[in-house]
Amino acid sequence: MEFFEKLMSIDRRVIFLFVGAALIVPLFLDIEQKIEITPEVQTLYDAFMELPPGSKVLMTFDYDPPSAPELQPQAITALRLCFDRNLKVIIIGLWPMGPMQANLALETIFIEKKYLDREPIYGVDYVNLGYSPGNELVIQRMGSSIPSTFPRDFRGTPIEEIPLMQGIVNFSNLDFILNLSAGYPGTVEWVQFAVDRFHATMGACNTAVQAPLVYPYVHTGQLTGLSGGMKGAAEFEVLTGFTGKGTKFMLSQSFAHIIVVLFIIIGNIAYFVTRGREKEKIG
Amino acid sequence: MDSVFSNTLAAILTIGIISFLYKDNPLYKFCESLFIGVSAGYWFVQQYYANLLPKLFDNLGITRLLGAENVADGALQNLFVRGQWDENLLYLIAGILGVMMLLRLVPQIGWMSRWPMAFIVGSIAGLYFITYFQSNAMRQMQNTILPLNSFNNLVLIVGTVTGIIYFYFSKEHKGAFGGAARVGIYFLMVTFGASFGYTVMSRMSLLIGRLDFLFGTWLGLVK
Repeated sequence: MEFFEKLMSIDRRVIFLFVGAALIVPLFLDIEQKIEITPEVQTLYDAFMELPPGSKVLMTFDYDPPSAPELQPQAITALRLCFDRNLKVIIIGLWPMGPMQANLALETIFIEKKYLDREPIYGVDYVNLGYSPGNELVIQRMGSSIPSTFPRDFRGTPIEEIPLMQGIVNFSNLDFILNLSAGYPGTVEWVQFAVDRFHATMGACNTAVQAPLVYPYVHTGQLTGLSGGMKGAAEFEVLTGFTGKGTKFMLSQSFAHIIVVLFIIIGNIAYFVTRGREKEKIG
Repeated sequence: MDSVFSNTLAAILTIGIISFLYKDNPLYKFCESLFIGVSAGYWFVQQYYANLLPKLFDNLGITRLLGAENVADGALQNLFVRGQWDENLLYLIAGILGVMMLLRLVPQIGWMSRWPMAFIVGSIAGLYFITYFQSNAMRQMQNTILPLNSFNNLVLIVGTVTGIIYFYFSKEHKGAFGGAARVGIYFLMVTFGASFGYTVMSRMSLLIGRLDFLFGTWLGLVK
């Protein structure tokens, strides 16, 4: 009985220690975890695979470094998939740090062996148009004119001098949009303006916190696929046949979840046992 | 060498923030203050170079007026030098509204900041009235009208209807109505549970990212 009473007043730092150990130890282990593919991520992957080579994909990087552990692996996988399938990538950001996250993802990809000889050409295979302030109003304006919303790219080159941007006026000239989002402005705003107002086809990669909010959009068909959190990142990597940080980190994630669930169970047992004892005392 | 220094600095700051898990301490306070200060400074510079400079000063021609040579003439030059109307002059209205917003710092004329605030509230409300209703109400309602031919559809319809009943407060939650409301609570609890689970997953992910940085990028122990 005393054991359960002690459990009820356990120092929270002990729990932190257990969770910390559960997260750190798997980083050093070389265990392969089976990743089940959910229909939402499969739909997102299929959407990319159905695009014919040369299709134009708009990737919106609406996140910053704090959300990078979840979203950067998804961004790297999506970019790699685009380059492997010869899809043309246009990068923008509604978050100031978004385009820089895109550059980091590109740097990660371009040091890979297979891209050393045939690195995608800037301005032809991909372009980074940078950040534009204005949140959802930027999306609204892009529906009328993308060149007037982004008159220059990230490097300051006028948009009319970029080969990839020739003939792109608004969303109707884009084949697919992938939104990588960590909050506002993000997937919700893109669905409301780009999808429902301008009838664009869009998929999304979200942080796990945001995923439950946008799942209804998948059910209604407003989103063509959704990859949520690190689990989504791992699934996306498995589908593309690449083992990246999403897959690697899932082991730590799973270990930590086991610890959390165990503490919830133990805490509940201790609660009910000690409550019964208190009732006996009162009785 | 640069990356070793920057990684070590980043590692110290990361450890400083994580140290709060043990207890509040001066290193944590320092890291927190530094983060807030750097963030505020970064945002100010970012907003100036992404917003004020290209959209207001460049478009109006103020940067040109101040002697910048690598910038084209703006709306003011077109109006006063060439006598041409330039639609970028509309940015002048935005600029004036922006200045009025700052007037709340002057108590005597602080009331003037209500005008740009009213403009923002009005325009955003108008913009969202249609889009929000269409995306989050109509499309979702439309997708709830389903045939009862599968378990998933049944759960979806029962969950939606009972959830709405729970939030109907004009009738006392008693009898069959109260029972439906109770079912609605269970659905809400499951929703909150799923949402909480995702939040835990998200927070763990962020910590994994920092731990990977500490043990991998910084110490080189994880490949």
